[in-house]
Amino acid sequence: MSVSAPEPSLAALLAAREVVVFCGSGGVGKTSVAAAAALTAAVRLGGKVLVLTIDPAKRLADALGLEAFGNVARRVPLDAYAQFGVEPRGELWAAMLDTKRSWDELVLRHAPDDATAYRILDNRMYHNVTSRFVQSHDYIAMERLYEIHASGEYDLIVIDTPPTRNAIDFLEAPARMAEFFGGRLLRWLTMPYRLGGGRGGRMINVASRPFYQMADRVLGSQFLQDIAEFFLNFQSMYGGFVERAQAVEQLLHDRRTTFAVVTTLEGAPLREAETFCRELSARGFDLGALVLNKTLPEYLLSADAEHAADVLTRERDALAHELIADGGAELADPVATARVLRTLADSFRNYEVVARREAELRTELSRMAPPGPEVVVSVPTFDADIADVRGLARIGEVLFAHGADGTIAR
Amino acid sequence: MSGLLDRRLLFFTGKGGVGKSTVTAATALLAAEQGKRVLLVEVDAKNNLTAMFEHAPVGFEPRLVYPGIHAMQMDTEASLREYLKVQARVPVFGRIGPMARAFDFVATAAPGVKEILTVGKICWELRESLEHRADWDLIVVDAAATGHVISQLDAPGAIQELVQVGPIRNQTGWMVELLSDPALTALNVVTSPEEMPVNETIELVARAREELTVPLGVVIVNRVLPELFTHADEVVFDALRAPGPSEVLLERAGPGATAVLDAARLAVSMRRSRSGHLAELREQVDLPLLLLPFLFVRDHGLRVTRMVAEALGQELA
Repeated sequence: MSVSAPEPSLAALLAAREVVVFCGSGGVGKTSVAAAAALTAAVRLGGKVLVLTIDPAKRLADALGLEAFGNVARRVPLDAYAQFGVEPRGELWAAMLDTKRSWDELVLRHAPDDATAYRILDNRMYHNVTSRFVQSHDYIAMERLYEIHASGEYDLIVIDTPPTRNAIDFLEAPARMAEFFGGRLLRWLTMPYRLGGGRGGRMINVASRPFYQMADRVLGSQFLQDIAEFFLNFQSMYGGFVERAQAVEQLLHDRRTTFAVVTTLEGAPLREAETFCRELSARGFDLGALVLNKTLPEYLLSADAEHAADVLTRERDALAHELIADGGAELADPVATARVLRTLADSFRNYEVVARREAELRTELSRMAPPGPEVVVSVPTFDADIADVRGLARIGEVLFAHGADGTIAR
Repeated sequence: MSGLLDRRLLFFTGKGGVGKSTVTAATALLAAEQGKRVLLVEVDAKNNLTAMFEHAPVGFEPRLVYPGIHAMQMDTEASLREYLKVQARVPVFGRIGPMARAFDFVATAAPGVKEILTVGKICWELRESLEHRADWDLIVVDAAATGHVISQLDAPGAIQELVQVGPIRNQTGWMVELLSDPALTALNVVTSPEEMPVNETIELVARAREELTVPLGVVIVNRVLPELFTHADEVVFDALRAPGPSEVLLERAGPGATAVLDAARLAVSMRRSRSGHLAELREQVDLPLLLLPFLFVRDHGLRVTRMVAEALGQELA
């Protein structure tokens, strides 16, 4: 790194990019971290910032002024910042992803005519396909992102990704979607219904008889025909869909886009995060940051604290008697005081064990094969839930704290 | 609730990250220790359930992973093959491998097909056990997460609605019957005392009541932090943090005393915000709540599974 290059930090990343995709396994606090990053970027860096969120906790949604459902972006009031004496430089906007509505809009946009569009929307299989087809949630999230980015309305878009069973899924969603609509499989599947009898019938005999026989046996032929009909209609959107999916894919690979992986320092989420970092790099995506969320404070690992805990345990009775003089009525009972001192020490040791476990995982993480993330940031566990702009601001301050947790260079 | 393990089929669902698999594995362990022959089924393709028993991943064929516990990984294609062979008596031509993609495609698009193959296999094992053709005293399922479990368990019903005729419809009646029997089956929810998991649990229980015939069992609250102080002791703790007493502590125990006090402060307030969520859960959900403590341990794997099983046993006693 040259002398003049700025030290990598999340702030620098958010200042330089147009799209930041936050991802990670369920329960790690991804939504809060994404919202906090967007908020702080708006306040500190300025510009018009959008946070596009998928499934926020109710109170967080309330804090962002997001009501129930709807694809409409709302401006988040930042009055709460006045009490910190900070004048926000930019604007924060928030939107929630309405999967169903986004799909409907997509169909209306790409269907060759209204009649086909409504045939698709009314098909009883449509809801099922869009709500459950491999990566359909992932795809629609990326598709929305593309649309918003293309509108040019925002300086920065921060997006929180849907909780997936496998975090890699959504990276492949656009390609899969294109494959789905362009696939020979789909043509093959709908063939008997396109060709009708005669020649088509013979082709079925050759190519796919066993499949239809099996499917017919399991599902019944009426059901099978329903499915094929649906796919036939859906296939009419082929051209527009594929083009769009490719554009979405391109945006994700664009140098204006970066990814931030969020995890806690627990075994399973961390393993998933590591895999995800590897996959991102392998696929040529830009791995901007790794956020270690809800970490325990470092003082739990200090030798001084361990020593103090030992003393409090060993000398609790003597200390309790000594404290009678200084402590007023509350510390008048040395038995109670000694018990509390003991509990203090025990609780400290309990949390110390967890903090050590975290430290070990952190060490393992630092051995991750390059290219690792540009920036690694730790966010401490907060004693209360993040339920308002103030709480998000607390996370944001940590995210922006320059090198507070030894941000590491690539 | 002490009768939980007397049922024959237990589903466990929960939001990601709350420890659903650990609790499922612990339930299997507890039942096995009571002498039951257990089939443990992992539905999501994560393939990490057997690690709770320090065992390598398993496939569709049940394998002994611990004394008394066989485990299997759900595989809808294998389930279909078995169904065709055993029940529908369709001649199966070697592998259906080449058609797997086509099958996967249709099965994903057609409502309930994948789910029926999952739930169907589980119901099949239950029926075989009830009719003494299989050995399982208890089938424990690490089911889909809260977002998907309803459609999974509702599959037989959904198929009945969608498919008016055909062989698959004829297959669903007996499944619905088994799944709806409160003496046999229960859907249990694993959660933790945090905002999102509690909200999802409340929503799931309401939806399950509304949309499913599967009886609800218990809610298992995992990772409950210990209450450090009684009310009286907390007064003592607050007094210790006042300037005079904390100086004494610093003088006698060294500069680390502050960290010890801070750590306790953090523990107390984390416990407090969590007990708010726990209270909310109690108020909104009228199912038995089983509380499992947060484990302050360094090890994972079988050791943790044992500890959770032990805690679960105490709650069920």
